[in-house]
Order: sequence, then structure tokens, then C-alpha cells
Amino acid sequence: MEVEQTALPGIGLRHDFTTRSGQRVGVVSHRTGRRDLVIYDKDDPDRACQTVRLNDEEADALAEILGAPRIVQRLNKLHQEVAGLVSVQLPIAGDSPYAGRPMGDARVRTRTGASIVAVVRGGRVFASPGPDFVFQAGDVVVVVGGEDSTAEVADILAEG
Amino acid sequence: MHETAILFLEFGAVLLGLGLLGALALRIGISPIPLYLIAGLAFGTGGVLPLATSEDFISIGAELGVVLLLLTLGLEYNADELVTSLTGNARAGIVDLVLNAAPGAIIALLLGWGPVAAVAMAGVTYATSSGITAKVLSDLGWIGNRETPTVLSLLVFEDLTMAVYLPVLTTMLAGLSLVSGAISVGIALATVSVVLVVALRFGRFIEAFVSSPNSEVLLLKVVGLALLVAGLAQQLQVSAAVGAFLVGIALSGELAEDAQALLAPLRDLFAAVFFVFFGFQTDPAKILPVAGLAALLALVSMVTKVLTGMYAARRAGIGKAGQARAGIALIPRGEFNIVIAGLAVGAGAHPDLGALAAAYVLILAAFGPLAAKLVQPLIQGIAKRA
Repeated sequence: MEVEQTALPGIGLRHDFTTRSGQRVGVVSHRTGRRDLVIYDKDDPDRACQTVRLNDEEADALAEILGAPRIVQRLNKLHQEVAGLVSVQLPIAGDSPYAGRPMGDARVRTRTGASIVAVVRGGRVFASPGPDFVFQAGDVVVVVGGEDSTAEVADILAEG
Repeated sequence: MHETAILFLEFGAVLLGLGLLGALALRIGISPIPLYLIAGLAFGTGGVLPLATSEDFISIGAELGVVLLLLTLGLEYNADELVTSLTGNARAGIVDLVLNAAPGAIIALLLGWGPVAAVAMAGVTYATSSGITAKVLSDLGWIGNRETPTVLSLLVFEDLTMAVYLPVLTTMLAGLSLVSGAISVGIALATVSVVLVVALRFGRFIEAFVSSPNSEVLLLKVVGLALLVAGLAQQLQVSAAVGAFLVGIALSGELAEDAQALLAPLRDLFAAVFFVFFGFQTDPAKILPVAGLAALLALVSMVTKVLTGMYAARRAGIGKAGQARAGIALIPRGEFNIVIAGLAVGAGAHPDLGALAAAYVLILAAFGPLAAKLVQPLIQGIAKRA
């Protein structure tokens, strides 16, 4: 699938692509933060026949329902905004001491100061997991913190 | 009555009247600019209710309005977008320039107004109102359309052309001799290039100087800088408007967005005053004799804009219906055209030029958005049949 990206001078950016069933879909990202979800007309493929206007919160909600990438993108943005803050994605390997154990056991925040903000499992996102969330091998843990503390989390998840 | 009291009464009444007209425009769904112009015609020279006391004050307000209008127009696009449009869409941009500058220039020459007025009228018919067009695109839900980037990049190209055109026009209006005129035009063009290069290469230094987390400080710095450069440009005979425009172009990125949001209310206030003042200066008695001519000019330049949009959209691989939409979106004329006519009138061009430009913009600022709305169902019909 190929996503086309087009600059809209003075407005923002548009991404669009055609689904396998032949429907063209796009998202217009306004500089103001507004997002438009756009469905194109089948008779007139250049025309947006449906435009759904989304504010920040609504766009986030839709993205969370649709999948993980949006969360990572948001974290990257956060990371850009706050100097010194990084977000990393750490896989839980099959031989990790915490595979099959609740997140609370790792005591990540107490030991490193970094926070686990989400876990991605098979395309699903578990945002803000609690201490009794049980890790599985193959999970991807999204951690936010300083450069050093996130590296420590990687060590903990790999070796205990 | 005390002078200040009269001034406040008159100015207050004008602003309040504009507010009511704006509300009316909103209800009908057109741009308020034509209504502001009509208000100016009614209150100015030869109008039904000439204002005596506040005219001086309003004239200064109008000057501020031009500076703020051009500053925010310059802020609209950043230097990168300007350069990209220059490289990517030069051909469509040049077609736009040639097709749409021609009607104005030809009519001025036919009327025997001379070459300088022809250059001014060329500008009046050339520039599409980016403000009104953006509103049309957003109101009709055309922003997501695939022809929209083509429309926008033409607007960017026009903006860039204006950066070169305005200094050339103002030097010509100053009526200098051929040699000193050529020198001033050279200086003006060199300044424009330097500003663009500086904005591209050293934009962050300007931003570092201007930017502030406090919106009050940012506002004062941006307006201060714009007025300072505008004054300097005026002193160099390049017109204050051009100086402010270049400041707008030099500022880009997030800073430009913040500044745009901060300046918007200030610009709306003084730009409205500017449109009224332009109406003031125009004698309503002069409008009627040129009304037919203005309508003809509007019709011709509507056709040339539609052709421009269709050509540009076809080059971008857009279908028939999209081509028609691109053309129609480009029809509205507005603030830039009045600014150009204002410069020409201020410099003593043919007295009918102001009246013709006012009538012309009245027609296209009002009719452009309506045309888009009316034609929409028709275009859908074309698409269905195709």
C-alpha cells in the first residue's frame, strides 16, 4: 500500500491512499492541530464527498482504536518537544525474566524513574497498563524517560 | 462638541456599522470586503454621509491596515513553500500571470491611461484573494480535494510574484526617470532576493531574535519590526506595504503561525478600516460610469482564471470536475487588488482607476464565493456523467 503525502501550503499536510476495495481515503493535518478524515467520491475521485472534522482529542481517540503507530508518533512528538525525554520500544524476549509475570514485579519506576506508558501486543495497544498487567513474550513495551533511565529499563526487562 | 468626542463618535459609528455589515456578510455567506467598500463609498467623498473630523485618523488607520494585511499575507507561507512552488509549479504560475495580468493591462491601455496604470491594473486583475479562496475551500469542504494543492501552489506563486511586482510597481508609480527608475527597481529586486535568501538560510536567527514565549512581547516585536521596515521601505520609495510583506516572508515556522494568530484581530480591525478608506477616496458618482466596464473586466478575468485553474489542474492529473473546481476557486479577488489600486491612486494615477478597481473587486469578491457554491451541483453532474 502506498500512502501519498502532499503539502498544502498555508494549511498543512495531506496523506491519502486507496484501499484494496478501491476506496480513496485521506487525512488532512491542519497546522492548527485540526484533523480532517476525508472519504473520496467514487464518481469523482478528486472530490472529498465526506469530511469528518476531528479535534486533537478525537483524532487521538480514533487513532488509538485503529492501532498502535499513532501512539508511537505521539510519543515521538512529545520527545521532540521536551528535550532530554526519550521514548523507546522494548520487546519482551522469550527468555526475559518478566515474560508471564505482572508488570509490578519489575518495579521499573521505582528503580529507574522511567515510566511504562503502553504495551503493544499483536497490533493492540494497552495504554497506561497497571501494576498487575501481565507481560507476555512478544509484547513491545513503550517506555518514556531520560536517556539513562530508559537504558536501565532495557537491562531490567532483558536480565531482571 | 469637543474634537475628540466627535472623532470617537464618528469612528465608533463606522466600526459598529462595519460590524453589522460583517454579520450580514456572514449570513449571506459572502466575504465582507465588498460590503466594507460600499460603506466607504457611502461615507466618503461625494457619499451620502461624508465624515469630516475622523478622515485623517481613518487614513492613518488605513495605512496601518495595509501594513498589517501585507505582513500577515507574507506570514501565510514560509520561505520553503515559496521556493518549492517556484520550482514545481513555475509553468502554471507563469500561465496564471500572463492570462490574468493581460485583461487589466489591456483595458488600461485601451482607455489611454498610460503604461504605469496598465502595470497597476495588471496587478488588480492578476492576484487571486488567498483569504477569500481559502475560505471558499474550507466552507465548501474542498480542502481535502485532490485539486486543492494545485490551487494553493498557484496562490503561493502569486504571493512570490507580488514580492517582485509590488516594488517594481511602486518605483514606477514614483515616476522616476528611466535610469533612476531602473536603479530603484534593481535595488528593490535585490532586496527581495536578499530577504528570501536570509529567510531560507538564516531564518532561525531572525526567529531567535523575534521569538518570545510571552505573546505580548512577540506581538510588540513583530509589529514593531514590520513598521520599522515599512517606514524604511517608504523612505526608499519602495512603499511601506512591500517592507511589511517582506518581513512577513522572512518570518516562518512556528513563530509565523503564532504571530499570525496574534495579529489576526489587529489586522481584521485595521484592514476593515483600510477597505472603508479606499471607498472613502472613491467618488460613488464615478462608479456608475465604469460599472459596465468593470463587469466586462470581471467576466473576462473570471474566464481567464477558470482557464488557468483548469490548465494547472490538468497538468497535475486531475479529472474534468476537479479542473473546473480549481478554476472556480481562483476567481475571488480581494485585499491584494485593493492594496494595489490604493497604491496607484495614492501616487496620483488616473482618477477612474480607483473607481474601476473598486467596482471590479466588489463584483468578484462577492460573486467568486457564490459562483463556487452555485456551480458545485453542476460539477457533480459532470462527474456523474463522465
